[in-house]
Amino acid sequence: MKSALSIIISREYLERVKRKSFIITTILMPLLMLAMMVAPALIMALSGPEKQTIAVIDDSGIVAPRLQNEGDITFKPVNAPLADLKADDNFQAILVIGKDVISVPEGNITLYTHGSPSMVTERYISDQLSDVIEDQRIRAYDIDNLHQILEEVSVDVQLQTYRLDKEEETATSSILSYLLGTFMMLILYMFIMLYGQMVMTSIIEEKNNRVLELVVSSVKPTDLMMGKILGIGAVAITQILIWAVLLIGCSIWVMPMLSTSVAQSGTADPAMIQAVMQLADPSFMGQLLIFMVLFLIGGYLFYSSIYAAIGSAVDNIQDASQLTSIAIVPIILALIISMSVVQDPNSTLALWTSYIPFTSPMVMMARVPFGIPVWQSIISLVVLYISFIGMIWLAAKIYRVGIFMYGKKPTIAELIRWTRYK
Amino acid sequence: MENILTVENVSKAFTNHVALDDVSIEVPRGKVYGLLGPNGAGKTTLIRIINHITAPDSGRVIFEDHELTAADIVNIGYLPEERGLYKKMKVGDQALFFARLKGMSRRQAEASLREWFDKLEISSWWNKKVEELSKGMAQKVQFIVTVLHNPRLLIFDEPFSGFDPINANVLKREILALRDAGATVIFSTHNMASVEELCDNITLINKSRNILTGNVAELRRRFSDNRYELGFEGDEKALVSTITPMVKMIEPIPADRDGISHIRFSLNSPDDTRTVIATANSNACIRTFNPLLPSMDEIFIRTVEESNHKTETPPAI
Repeated sequence: MKSALSIIISREYLERVKRKSFIITTILMPLLMLAMMVAPALIMALSGPEKQTIAVIDDSGIVAPRLQNEGDITFKPVNAPLADLKADDNFQAILVIGKDVISVPEGNITLYTHGSPSMVTERYISDQLSDVIEDQRIRAYDIDNLHQILEEVSVDVQLQTYRLDKEEETATSSILSYLLGTFMMLILYMFIMLYGQMVMTSIIEEKNNRVLELVVSSVKPTDLMMGKILGIGAVAITQILIWAVLLIGCSIWVMPMLSTSVAQSGTADPAMIQAVMQLADPSFMGQLLIFMVLFLIGGYLFYSSIYAAIGSAVDNIQDASQLTSIAIVPIILALIISMSVVQDPNSTLALWTSYIPFTSPMVMMARVPFGIPVWQSIISLVVLYISFIGMIWLAAKIYRVGIFMYGKKPTIAELIRWTRYK
Repeated sequence: MENILTVENVSKAFTNHVALDDVSIEVPRGKVYGLLGPNGAGKTTLIRIINHITAPDSGRVIFEDHELTAADIVNIGYLPEERGLYKKMKVGDQALFFARLKGMSRRQAEASLREWFDKLEISSWWNKKVEELSKGMAQKVQFIVTVLHNPRLLIFDEPFSGFDPINANVLKREILALRDAGATVIFSTHNMASVEELCDNITLINKSRNILTGNVAELRRRFSDNRYELGFEGDEKALVSTITPMVKMIEPIPADRDGISHIRFSLNSPDDTRTVIATANSNACIRTFNPLLPSMDEIFIRTVEESNHKTETPPAI
């Protein structure tokens, strides 16, 4: 005979995993994320300057010949009155350049357009004009070999960073840590929010359709709550594992190609090479994954017990909104703190919030890729898991009473009073 | 008689009110026990305590020969008044889930479920989702879930609400069959006609207190106040004047039934029956003589109203 808890867990798990919506989101989510990453690039590419011809009336006679046509933008010097050009449909815009433009650019350049001009076009025109004017001004000083001098002076600094506190000096890429930290923290945030609230809504639903009384006549309310939290947690883990397998599969396929191609092309950015090497390092990624799973589980358990208590106390989602702030405010706060933590992973704020269970899962997720000392992660985990036990104990006490309370929306003071019932 | 369940001096208070105040009941094995009372009297709280869902503040619950523990709930089947099932789950899966929670193995539960589904003629629902069923259909499923694991103690809270008369009868028959097979039934309802029909003993709870306990037949006799109805042919006036010394409250019933006149009265003393009959016999031709038993409805209303009157000012909490 299986224990009641395991029967509850398996029901919660199977009922969700078998649902079409789970299968669809599990497949669609990575696609959606991919789309979100690709979309900005695509939008940039698509929203570039459209094919347009710009009429140029140049009273100075210096600027117009130097303007370069690029891509879809064509400059056409014309000699016609402005009023005529305005009526001419062949020109999308008219650029009017005053006589003293080199000495006084302000007020001497005007752009007339049909419809609002795109930012990209505007920027392109003003960049070109700045270049031409700067060039003209430098020429006025009449220095020999100026171009050569400028090229020799120009520099692009790349830092080669080494960690001294590690046993061997490993090359680290802080831009990679930044990106990984942000990414992992966002994943964690999403999961805690999504699955924590799923625990809450599912309890409210049970309470609402009154199936709850039937269930608790067979199992202890605490078992039902634990079963729900663990069952839904197992769904979350399943989803993460599916994604991890997809991700690892992708990287096994993509990474060797990427690193060889990066290594072969001599011109590659050294920071880029470093980042790719680190990403391809299995021990680094493995450690990251382990911590991520541990903090994810801890964070989920901690927050879902809060959500469970809230769900048990109210009759419907509308009533829950006020109480959920108990959970949502610290989650959002943790998100904001984490945003600053990825900028400075060893600040005092980062250290303290790493040990507070409300914020620690996300803050630690943001910090771990920077290679912080392992003992810090361990202390943070221990505090988190102990707080979870305390929280679930409290939640169980509220839950036991809350599931039979209908009607009035309880206050936080009442919730606390419930914990003292026998 | 052996009791399957004894509730001893149980009290339970919530933040703003007392739900149960020193309530005791004794439920004899193999009988149908009615748990009655107005809304909000504390019945549901008592039932939850018996189901080990909530713990009493004080007092004890004895199940069979020991204090009630969580392990005993596999021997109890409970049909709550507020019922529901998981809407998205299939009927068969759902029934299996509840059966396994009560400690049945999957195989055992499935065999037993098929049997019950056949008996109640709902086998075709096995793969339907609960949200596709009507309310009455879902109730049938719920009834099966309650009794499936052959519990020794069954608790039904308003089992007939939501059923049409035909299905209510089917249910009634099944409940009595379970009792005949040895199960004890605790039956909570506001439908007093079904109490008269089904219950052997009752307890009436009002305002968290047990105000009346007893065997249904005895209670009805006790509350009858020695009321009788006499049917006769002959001179009513003469009859009434002769029996007046022995009775109170003579009320004639104006409309004749089948040419027979009727009067109702209550005897001054239960021992007067024979004297009254003898006196009446010599003055009229007696056709019927019946005790007038009050309905459970009347007993309920009378007792609750009396008890409310006594506790006009509720005790300080």
